[in-house]
Formats: sequence, C-alpha cells, structure tokens
Amino acid sequence: MATATLPVTERENYLNKEYGIRSWLFTIDHKRIALLYLLSVTFFFFIGGLFALLIRLELLTPAGDLVQADTYNKLFTMHGMVMVFFFLIPVVPATLGNFLVPIMIGAKDLAFPRINLMSWYLYVIGGILIMHCMLTGGVDTGWTFYTPYSTAFTNTKIIEAGLAVFVAGFSSIFTGLNFIVTVHRMRAPGMTWGRLPLFIWANYATSIIMILGTPVVAITIILVAAERLFHLGIFDPKLGGDPLLFQHLFWFYSHPAVYIMILPSMGIISEIITCFSRKRIFGYKFVALSSVAIAVLGFLVWAHHMFVAGMSVYAALIFSFLSYMVAVPSAIKVFNWTATMYKGSISYTTPMLYAFGFLGLFTIGGLTGLFLASLGIDVHVTDTYFVVAHFHYIMVGGVLMGYLGGMHFWWPKISGRMYPEGWGRLAALIVFIGFNLTFFPQFILGYVGMPRRYWQYSPEFQVLNVLSTAGSTILGVGYLLPMIYFLWSMRYGKQAPDNPWNAAGLEWKTSSPPTTFNFDETPVVDFEAYDYENIKDTDDDGGAH
Amino acid sequence: MSEHSTSVGFYVMIFIILLLLTATTVGAAFINLGPLNPVIALGIATTKALLVVLFFMHVKGASEKMIQVVIMMGIFFLLLLLGLALADYGTRLWS
Ligand SMILES: [Cu+2]
Repeated sequence: MATATLPVTERENYLNKEYGIRSWLFTIDHKRIALLYLLSVTFFFFIGGLFALLIRLELLTPAGDLVQADTYNKLFTMHGMVMVFFFLIPVVPATLGNFLVPIMIGAKDLAFPRINLMSWYLYVIGGILIMHCMLTGGVDTGWTFYTPYSTAFTNTKIIEAGLAVFVAGFSSIFTGLNFIVTVHRMRAPGMTWGRLPLFIWANYATSIIMILGTPVVAITIILVAAERLFHLGIFDPKLGGDPLLFQHLFWFYSHPAVYIMILPSMGIISEIITCFSRKRIFGYKFVALSSVAIAVLGFLVWAHHMFVAGMSVYAALIFSFLSYMVAVPSAIKVFNWTATMYKGSISYTTPMLYAFGFLGLFTIGGLTGLFLASLGIDVHVTDTYFVVAHFHYIMVGGVLMGYLGGMHFWWPKISGRMYPEGWGRLAALIVFIGFNLTFFPQFILGYVGMPRRYWQYSPEFQVLNVLSTAGSTILGVGYLLPMIYFLWSMRYGKQAPDNPWNAAGLEWKTSSPPTTFNFDETPVVDFEAYDYENIKDTDDDGGAH
Repeated sequence: MSEHSTSVGFYVMIFIILLLLTATTVGAAFINLGPLNPVIALGIATTKALLVVLFFMHVKGASEKMIQVVIMMGIFFLLLLLGLALADYGTRLWS
C-alpha cells in the first residue's frame, strides 16, 4: 500500500472526508455515529458523576448537613438513572461497538445505517427528557421506580423520567437489531462464525438481551404510568394489584441489563489480553459461547433482587440456585483469560493495565454477587452498602475498566493518533487505586450494617465513609486525565500507524483512521481470530514493545 | 410470500377483524362471567397478537428458517417470564 506511508493529514479518511456540523448530524457512517454517541455518553457520564460527587460529599459527615433528605433522595435516584440508562447501557455497544462491529467482520457499514443514526437521535431525545426532568425537580424513587411508592405516593416527575427511559430503550433496541442483522448478513468472505473476534460474539450476545429484555421494561414503565394516571390496579394492593409484580417485570429486564453492560467489556478484555500476551486465546469456543450462555442464563435469575420482599420461599430457592449457575460461564471467561496469559509474552501497556484491573475487580464483584445469591447472607446485607459495593465493582470496576481499556486500545484506530503512554499508565493506576479506596470500604460498611439510601448515619461509620469520599475524588481525577490527554493527542499526539500493537483482526488491516467504507476492497479472511503465535513482530514505527 | 397477503384489501380485512375483536373485549368487560373474565380477555388479546404477527409482520408465508428461530426465541423468553414469575405466585404464602 503506497498510501499507507502518506501522513495522516493527507490521506482521505472518515474524519476529514467532509467537514461541518451537517456532515455530522446527518451522517450514516457508523464510525461518525460512534463518535456522536461517544460525545453524548461522556456528557452523561459527567452529569452522573456530578451527582455521585454530591452524594459522597454529603456522606463525609454523619449529619445530614449538605443537602435536605428529599434532595439526597433525588441525588441518588438521578445518579442511578443517568448512569444506568444513559451511560452504562450504551457506553460500549454504541461507541466502540458501533465503530468496530462492521470493521471487525470486514463490512462497509452496519446493515441499517439510517436506523443507526435514528438510534442516536432517540438517545438524544431521551437525554433531553431526562435533563428536563432533572432541571424541573427530578425523581426520588431510586432508579428502580419501585411501586407502590412510584405510582401512589411520590409527587416527583415519574412519568417524564419513565418516558425518557422508554425512548432511550428504543435506541438500544435499534442498536441490538442492527448488530444481529449485521453479524448474520454482512460478514466478509471467509469470516466464519468460528473466526469471529470475541468482541463480536460479546456484542452479539448483548444484542440478544437488548432485543428480548428492553421491551419488557418499556411495557412495565407504561403500566406504572397507567396506574399513576388512571388508577388501573396493576401494582397497587389497594386497587387489587401486586407490588411484587412490578419487581418481577422490572428485574426481568434490569438484571440482564447488567449483562448488557458487562458483556461488551468482556469482549474488549478478550481482545486486549490476547494481543498483549502474544497468545492465541485459550478455549476460543468456550469464551465465545459463554457470552451467549450468560445472555440466556441471565434471564433466569432476576428474583434474587426480591428475596426479602415477600416472594415465595420456594421460588426464592429456585432463583438462588439459578443465580449460582450464571457464575459458571463468567468463571469460564476469567479462567480462560488467565490461562491465555500463562507463558505469554506480556507487555504492560495501558490497555493491558486496564485488563488486569478488570480481572481483579470483576472477580471481586462477581464473587460478592454469589454471597448475595445465597439466601442466608442476602437477608443480612439486603439494602446495605454491601450491595452498593458489589454492583459498583461490576458496573464501574468491570464495565468502565473494560471501556477505558478499549478506548486506549482502539484510540489510534479511531483518531489516527497515539495517546501518551506514560500518562495512560499513570491514569490507569490512579483509577484502580481511587476505585478500590471508594468502594472497598463500602463492603465493610454494609456488612456492619450501614443501610443504603440514607443521608445521615451513625457516627461509628464515619471513618470508612471518609475513606470512600477521599477515594471518589481520586477516582474523579483518574477519569479526567484520559479525557484531557485524548483531546490533547488529537492535535499533538504522534501519528498512529495502521497497526501500532501488531495485533490480529481486520480493524488493524485498514488505515488509521479508516476511510468511509473501511476497506478499499472487501477483505477475504483465511485465518483464525487470534493467531498471535504466527504473527511476527515487525519493526513497526510506533506503539509499545 | 403468498400472493393474497400482498393485496391491500386483505390487510384492511385483518384490520377490521382486529377492530371487531377490540369491540368484543370492551363488550365483554360489561358482562360479569366470574373466573372466565380473564380467560376471555387474554384469549382475545392472544388472537389479536397472533393476527398481527402472522399477517402484518409477514411471519405467515416466510420461508426463512431464521425468522422461525427468532419467533420461537421471543415466545420462549415470554414463557420464561410467565413461568418463573408463576413459580413465585403459585407457591407464595398468601395468609
Ligand atoms: Cu441481579
């Protein structure tokens, strides 16, 4: 390729092909839509982070001195809603997924480019609704909308928040639909199912959950609105309804939603670990199919959120057992990643540091999930900080570590520039330390009995709360750093070669950044996904060693 | 795709049947049939859903295996939702 030696600025690519706001707002290029999503989810990450900061500041002292109790209820509610529905659900599929799914399978774009753009617009409409809801009073039910409080008692903006989640839900259904059709229909010649990168398998499994789960939460929100507006007796016992029915329907989506968040990050980890261990993945089929197994089994465990809510003890036994089952495919992944590194030639680049962080934090988050799945311990720690710590280990420790690892890994491909490696490693370290300092004390707090969702607490809990608040500011710095140096690198970063990591995968065989249609000619695939033993270390002009 | 399902008149006919079934649901709500109330309401709703899926969504006459797989998946997960939720309702201590 003669063009590969031209400087980035002189080669035509998806970034410099067209300029101007219209070329972005009406684009149907999956890579540009990925960047639109990247901007919008980052915006909501900082909104949600702001709420988190205020929560942690309030909890610095045992007294409720910074905000009123009602305000505090709204703070943790809006933190949860923004982070779950507007950040964690779309964060990996809509950004890295959108960018990489077509390229990794050798396609020009997703199967339905216009639906892809429409999905972003729906996300934005949902985002505007939730912003308006927040600015005009917010919601205080917790992100879970629990009935009968949400339908019969609270006078906050339930319907508007519900509508926001409803609309944003359709954006994720569209993303899932697009991915499934694309993976079935648009694979390049020779890209068999057994040769698909594991990031694709992970996004495929995620898409199944998006399509099958999201409509259920959408219907549930409509039922909440119907009961609130027209007093139809669905959830309110006074009207003949059953409040646990709401929890059944809500968690039927919202437990699998955790796998919408974590599966794509697991896919990223598979890519990073193979690349920086220079090894073939250990047990490709098991890692690939465990994603699908997690997607399916994830639908069978939802009532572990309801063990002390008054559900049948017999059903609780079944759900407890099924919750243990879903740990099996997750453990398969962790063991196989570890086995992949065994005797590998490991380089400690920024993405790999995030992958290490993911392994440790996800394992802690997953194992404490098993504590919660066992009935006896769950009775003790339900609605305490133990639960808060557990799901933050999964959703922040797991999902965000994977996301940041992926952002660093593919940043050269996305932007055509290298990020500063030294700063990258420093930020990864800060994130890891800040995260553990924030959330590990919460395990202890919960175990000794501090309940969640209170703005005051007994003085004996203060030391651990101060540690947690201190950790959260460190974590905040760790998240700001990549923001700053990514932006810096777009102008001042070293120009990225096409394959800075000497990695396998079709995305590294096209230019950095790719052209609008990704490949000059449709690639033909005659190799397996992670054939690192047969990729020679070339003297490439950039990247890590 | 079978030839009759492409004509506009056919779709209008399905639409009218759906409207009639809706009217039946409303009508049935005024008659108290005891335990049969939910049975009739759910029966009519299922029939309507079936008509929409089969004809408006072109599942009838679709030759592709993939479409059948997708439909079966949807039904399977709906049964999971109902089945496991009923595991709670069927064995709960209601006293
Ligand atoms: Cu769960």
